Amino acid sequence: MSNIPETGRTQRVQIRLIVIQVLVFSLLLTLGGRLWYLQIRNGDEYTAEAAGNGVQQVVQPAVRGSILDARGVPLADNETRLVVSASRTELLKMKDDGVGVLTRLADVLDMKPQDVRDKVRLCDSKTPQPCWNGSPYQPIPVTDEATTQQALQIRERAEDFPGITAEPTAVRRYAAPGKARTAQVLGYLSPVTDEEIQKAQDGPSPYLRSDQVGRSGLERTYDKELRGKAGVTRYEVDNLGRVMGEAEKDPAVPGSNLVTSLDARVQAVAEYELAQAMKTVRQETDKITGRKYEADSGAVVVMESRTGRIVSMASQPDYDPNDWVGGISGKQYAKLTSKKSNYPLLNRGIQGQAPAGSIFKVVSASAAVRGGHAFNDRYNCSSSYSLGSQTFANFESQGHGPITLGDALKYSCNTVFYRLGHEEWAKDGGIKPKKDAKNWFYRTARDFGLGSETGIDLPNEVKGRIPDRQWKQDFWKANKDAWCKEGKKGGTYVQQIAYESCLEGNQLKAYDSINYAIGQGDVLVTPIQMATAYAAISNGGTLHAPTVGKAVISPDGKSVQEIKPKSTGKLPVDAQTIKDLDKGLRSVVEPGGTAAWRFGGWPQDKIPMRAKTGTAQVYGKQTTSWFATYTDDFTIVMTISQGGTGSGASGPAVRKIYDALYGLDAEGNQDVKKALLPKPQKALPKVQPDGSIHAPKIKPYNPVPTQPEGQEADPENLVPQPPGQPGLTGSPAMTGRRP
Amino acid sequence: MAGGFSVSRYAPERGSWAKLTARDSLTRRLDWPLLGAALALSFLGSLLVWSATRNRDHLTQGDPYFFLLRHALNTGIGLALMIGTIWLGHRTLRGAVPILYGISVLLVAAVLTPLGTTVNGAHAWIKLPAGFSIQPSEFTKITIILGMAMLLASRVDAGDQPHPDHRTVAKALGIAAVPMAVVMLMPDLGSVMVMAVIVLGVLLASGASNRWVFGLLGAGAAGAVSVWQLGLLDDYQIARFAAFANPALDPAGVGYNTNQARIAIGSGGLTGTGLFEGTQTTGQFVPEQQTDFVFTVAGEELGFLGAGLIIVLLGVVLWRACRIARETTELYGTIVAAGIIAWFAFQSFENIGMTLGIMPVAGLPLPFVSYGGSSMFAVWVAIGLLQSIRVQRPMSA
Repeated sequence: MSNIPETGRTQRVQIRLIVIQVLVFSLLLTLGGRLWYLQIRNGDEYTAEAAGNGVQQVVQPAVRGSILDARGVPLADNETRLVVSASRTELLKMKDDGVGVLTRLADVLDMKPQDVRDKVRLCDSKTPQPCWNGSPYQPIPVTDEATTQQALQIRERAEDFPGITAEPTAVRRYAAPGKARTAQVLGYLSPVTDEEIQKAQDGPSPYLRSDQVGRSGLERTYDKELRGKAGVTRYEVDNLGRVMGEAEKDPAVPGSNLVTSLDARVQAVAEYELAQAMKTVRQETDKITGRKYEADSGAVVVMESRTGRIVSMASQPDYDPNDWVGGISGKQYAKLTSKKSNYPLLNRGIQGQAPAGSIFKVVSASAAVRGGHAFNDRYNCSSSYSLGSQTFANFESQGHGPITLGDALKYSCNTVFYRLGHEEWAKDGGIKPKKDAKNWFYRTARDFGLGSETGIDLPNEVKGRIPDRQWKQDFWKANKDAWCKEGKKGGTYVQQIAYESCLEGNQLKAYDSINYAIGQGDVLVTPIQMATAYAAISNGGTLHAPTVGKAVISPDGKSVQEIKPKSTGKLPVDAQTIKDLDKGLRSVVEPGGTAAWRFGGWPQDKIPMRAKTGTAQVYGKQTTSWFATYTDDFTIVMTISQGGTGSGASGPAVRKIYDALYGLDAEGNQDVKKALLPKPQKALPKVQPDGSIHAPKIKPYNPVPTQPEGQEADPENLVPQPPGQPGLTGSPAMTGRRP
Repeated sequence: MAGGFSVSRYAPERGSWAKLTARDSLTRRLDWPLLGAALALSFLGSLLVWSATRNRDHLTQGDPYFFLLRHALNTGIGLALMIGTIWLGHRTLRGAVPILYGISVLLVAAVLTPLGTTVNGAHAWIKLPAGFSIQPSEFTKITIILGMAMLLASRVDAGDQPHPDHRTVAKALGIAAVPMAVVMLMPDLGSVMVMAVIVLGVLLASGASNRWVFGLLGAGAAGAVSVWQLGLLDDYQIARFAAFANPALDPAGVGYNTNQARIAIGSGGLTGTGLFEGTQTTGQFVPEQQTDFVFTVAGEELGFLGAGLIIVLLGVVLWRACRIARETTELYGTIVAAGIIAWFAFQSFENIGMTLGIMPVAGLPLPFVSYGGSSMFAVWVAIGLLQSIRVQRPMSA
């Protein structure tokens, strides 16, 4: 049959029919082409989109591991609280941006509507606390102290509270056993930020939006171990979110527990005694300034001498770490970060630095030995030491005649070390150093671990400073412009100093070396550095990177990963010198020594005590009290900024900590039953088969009434001390980095 | 055959099998590719509808086969209607066109009365007892074609004139305008668009002068502009157009359909995920997936090959229809076939085009494939008409 049948139809219709046919098939071709484009050309893109479409993630947060003391007492654990949270994404979908819901919620929770709204707003540079600095896609906790009644009201009237949830949630708790807050050492948590999520996305331990992250202290150092792994279940869901099947399940793994070497009981004693010592000294008048002591901050470190493990670390001022739980309030945050409260977030044990004062003399004595001076030779302890027109005085300008270095430690004789420091400086070439300058005094300080981090397992440790020739050069370079601007010949004292510094601040001067020899001038040390150094003298010369963490125990208790003490080096002197130093330090608590008056009745034959007092001068401030001590087992270093003399301010507190450790009464009689820790705790706490850890009960510290003041007076504070030549201290005492 | 009268004076009496297989028999003269393609589309449709509704419990009352069975039943009824149409023949029906037209207009009008119900924003349905409902506009498409064809072809087929005159064309347009106006009021914009294209196809095939054709195109454009300008569109219709123009506009709102449809089709790739395996389909991310968006099931689960096959089968239907239009000797048959071509072609293009994101969303079913009784019956009647035009063509006269 032909295509053009014998019809009466016109050509016009015939052509139009062909037009229709062409049109129709071009439409179909268009469809086919588009189909090819979508499915073959761009198919992968849409496949990915479809895959994301039907999958819903449900996150089960991991329970964070506990932080335990050496015997298993929880310092940080979790409790279940009713947390009411608001979902910003849900609230913003509402016409009034959720204001109505939040107002109703405030009513139920007995809060002010404004407070609730403030809690769920996002933090930015202009928004003051309270605000939410976590992910905006994460439900924001409004309160973690909801009552069952309130939670029920919210859940029963779910239609009135869209976007609001009330659920029992594991919340961090810092239990402060026996009143041991351990605030700065434990640290705190805060919600993970979007940037952190982004950064850790492809790493080995990515964050979830619900995560809390350790920001400071042990919570930060051991964050990875403590955090565990949140469980993620991916469900295939339909368009209404109804579950059709489980695509993938990654069960939650609770965080491991961290056993520390801290002893909650000793910690409680240390915290109490530090605070008490500061309180006491604030009642006393500083004879130099004529004002009451400020005692603005202080720290005490109790360390196991042989391992570098931290038994206790207290820092004042402190705070309650529970303030951070469930979001910190604006008022609390301001308080924790204000100058007025003197930055309680700082851990002065590792972040407070000050001139070492006389506790530095063990370094100087060792440097002298390295420089060829025999320890037991006689050195003239004159009443003063002259350098040109300047006179460097001894304490109370008292001389002791020719004495050994051991006795120089005992009496804390400055002039012996002035002379040695000055001589070594001259031997090295003075202001124009020789090529082979030995710089024994500075090298020895570095070899004692000063001027660099000890490597303790706590974040943001500061380095301190050893002002050697290189430092002088660098510091001058950085500051000379300012000095030259400020300096004025024949101006005020400060202007004169600046003028001189501008001209020759890059030179290590004779008086620098003299000051430095007794731990004054530009030298800065931290309590943890001094504790590490003195512990090394105690244990025969081994320096340790101090550790607070002792073991990481898996939640089921099956895997115990011990954190071994880590040696970082040896003291740069031979065993004999260490024995000599030890003997000298022992004589400090014996009659005639600077700390003897604080150790009346101490059973020196049973528990030999070594100590060194230090009273560091800080320009423009009251003196810093230092007290470094050790027995065979423990090393305790204490410092109080603007607290007066070493033995005077810190002495009683340190002794009381030892009394508690060894179970001694004020007369020195030992009751082993009362002893908290006569020997360092070696064994790890026992883990029950179910993974829980048995914790002994803790009794709060019951301080023994202060020993009545004897006739003995502080030999360090008999007479106002003439101000020596304070160096240009780069930073004031007890400064530190803010966390 | 004692005393009976014979049906045909020309053909000798034959056995029934012989009747069916004879060279000039009805069955031999049927357009089998057309029938085969339409049946294949209906069969594919039943699978796709089944897959789309298998776990939509709120629609199926828990019976996963509910829509499968109904679709098969609809196809069966459609087939019966086709056979009936062939049996009666389009010429016989020609006499009944005024009555059929009248009934369809009345039914469409009834939708506007309280008898009508609204589905998806279009007030286009009449609810019947026992959960059935009909969409009269589907049948109106046929009666418009038949009515216009009858008017336009009558004098031409009689040999009075080569082309319909202006008066006849005007009358024919009037026939289309009445039901279109009613459907516009529902408002069922999609059906109005299909009807407008049908009118265009009918006019083209009738040989009406070019002035009418271009005049109609111009009027259509002007009408669209004025409808937009005068705000005669409902919000939901404007939203659909906006979503078409920019699907990313509101992916959770009006753009949702288009977006999800495109994701479903795009994720199918070459061979698809396999029947019942599509996550977009089982997850019910695409709304109206058994009716207007049934093509997305093919796209996702059968891939480019399966979805392409549907387009090819539609192509076969349209190709055969075009042949029938060209080969018939009467203008009436040509016009009817052309109207059906315009209908199927535009409706398929619009339906598939909207799932592919090249046309705005309009509530139109995909012929043979989409679930829906009224649509299914209408398209099978149309197939019956096409077959009848072919069958009743004089054999190489």
